[in-house]
Amino acid sequence: MSASLIIFFVLALLAIFAAVSLILQRHPIHSALSLIVVMVALAGLYLLMGAEFVAAVQIIVYGGAIMVLFVFVIMLLNAEEEERTNFSKMARFAGIPLALAIAGFIAAAIARNAGSLPAAEPSGALTSTKTLSNLLFSDFVYPFELTSFLILVAILGAIVLAQREN
Amino acid sequence: MTDFLTKYAFLIVPIIKIAILVFIILTVDAYLTWIERKVIAHIQARWGPHRVGPHGLLQPLADGVKFIFKEDPLPSHVDKLAYFLAPFITLMLALTSLAVIPFGPQKFTVFGYETHVGIADVNISLLVLFSITALSVYGIALAGWASNSKYSLLGGLRSSAQMISYELALTLSVVGVLLIAGDFSLRSIVVQQSSGHGLLTWNIFPQIIGFLCFYIAAIAETNRVPFDLPEAESELVAGFHTEYASMKFAMFFIAEYTNMITVSCLATILFFGGWLSPFPTAWTFTHYLPSVILIPFGIWVFFDGIRYENLFGRLMLPGVGSALVVIGAALAFFPFLNDAIQGPFWFLAKVFTFLFVYIWMRGTLPRFRYDQLMSFGWKFLLPVSIANVVLTSIVILWRMH
Amino acid sequence: MVPTSYYLILSAVLFGLGIVAFVFKRNIITIFMAIELMLNAVNLAFVAFSQSLGKTDGEVFVLFVIVVAAAEAAVGLGIIILTARNRRSLNVERVDLLKL
Repeated sequence: MSASLIIFFVLALLAIFAAVSLILQRHPIHSALSLIVVMVALAGLYLLMGAEFVAAVQIIVYGGAIMVLFVFVIMLLNAEEEERTNFSKMARFAGIPLALAIAGFIAAAIARNAGSLPAAEPSGALTSTKTLSNLLFSDFVYPFELTSFLILVAILGAIVLAQREN
Repeated sequence: MTDFLTKYAFLIVPIIKIAILVFIILTVDAYLTWIERKVIAHIQARWGPHRVGPHGLLQPLADGVKFIFKEDPLPSHVDKLAYFLAPFITLMLALTSLAVIPFGPQKFTVFGYETHVGIADVNISLLVLFSITALSVYGIALAGWASNSKYSLLGGLRSSAQMISYELALTLSVVGVLLIAGDFSLRSIVVQQSSGHGLLTWNIFPQIIGFLCFYIAAIAETNRVPFDLPEAESELVAGFHTEYASMKFAMFFIAEYTNMITVSCLATILFFGGWLSPFPTAWTFTHYLPSVILIPFGIWVFFDGIRYENLFGRLMLPGVGSALVVIGAALAFFPFLNDAIQGPFWFLAKVFTFLFVYIWMRGTLPRFRYDQLMSFGWKFLLPVSIANVVLTSIVILWRMH
Repeated sequence: MVPTSYYLILSAVLFGLGIVAFVFKRNIITIFMAIELMLNAVNLAFVAFSQSLGKTDGEVFVLFVIVVAAAEAAVGLGIIILTARNRRSLNVERVDLLKL
């Protein structure tokens, strides 16, 4: 039982518990906090795999900006706890086993074919930011410029949507 | 016994370092409040705390005892998870950010484990600090919202919006330093600023615009004057921590001062050479500067204490003074100790200079109005930081040819 | 070291939990968060493959996914604010008619 395996299991269990807590919590702010825990746990897993820049970007952008947006919107709209409605309960009895079956099938398929993966274990080597940025600006420069355009469109859209009707 | 220590040294030594660092930082926080109250008082031509202990030196102790014994009320209809989590997150993140700061250059070996003066030496320590800054918005947003009070909600939303806006300018103003250094690790940024010439190769000279943007954005991040509208007393009662009392308020308080210390440490490391001495390394007589400062200061405290008004002061102050003289003399006579203390001494001197500037600004400047604050952050500071990055890259490219 | 298949199984489980949350929750913001959870699960798979194949392309793609998620969150939350203002409710079961 090497140290990385122990750390992996701790972080993986944390991520799964937080994801389950996202489903089970009634108030959206608690779901948002659980999602933040999932993201931090995933950032820890990226660090374990040696992807240090991606881990930092995950926390700064995803956990520090996108989730803050969610938390602000929840506070702004005064979101309440979920109300109990009288719509069908059949969905819960048939649906949960079905959804978990999907995840189970994918997981079983992966586990059965684990041997034919190109390399059985990640090398754990640290990815230097220099390699990442060289790739980003040489091979992937076209998607890079497109995403900057996408962000511009998103900013304009958000401003137009949030304007007051005059 | 030594076998066990050597085998698990990689676990035990960091735990001991963490315990020492947390103890030192909490003490520095407490005495930072004393320094702040004394300095602001003297700026405003009054005395500040001077009754509790000689020159008010035991005031932080009295404050601590007050925080422990005060009633800790729980307002009705608060969201209990968020209410209890908010000060905890804020304090935890503030203290964690100190783990990646290198305090000195030495590598020393204990129990066969080679370690350095600082807790963690990671490749991306600057990014770790930024992620912690990014996450600390939650503490304030949750505190404002969970308190079920209009003042807190408004103060919390305003404060988090301010923190997010200035976070962009903060990270962009550091990119210039990253371009020069080529590495995210704080230790290598300091090492890259070192050459034999002392002051002249620090990052402050090529990056003066970057430093000014960084410092202004950092003051806005830590919610201090002149950017402290969200917690100003005359505006929103006390902003996001209105409904917090006693221990939870103490957590916010300690977190704010620790954030100040972290930002000052970051400013010295990135722009002012960290633990490097401002004098050229050829001037070895400057190694005696700690002793030259400590010994006269100790003698002055001694003679000031002898004529103090009450008995306690007349016993305590001369004791403190003679301790300082002994330490200064020990530094002068033991070169091994002197060399070990050089790095941390310069680091602490620069950090205290920045903290003094923080406190000075609190005593002198009025505060921004909220819309002035936001337009300053977005319309002035962010474009200037971006211009700094562009300018730095142009100069670096021009030099490469 | 941890085998790659462990990371992929974790990614599949998180994706499945995201689907469960997407189907069963009634608050529109929680549903949106389930989408973010699914995107994160996919990111984990990308990084796991990038490390096991030894190429950094997967990590570059993770950056793109994060950027797209940010743009989507911005616009999506704008739409949510508008619909919530018009219908005065965040419950998706009340948004089942075109008429207000």
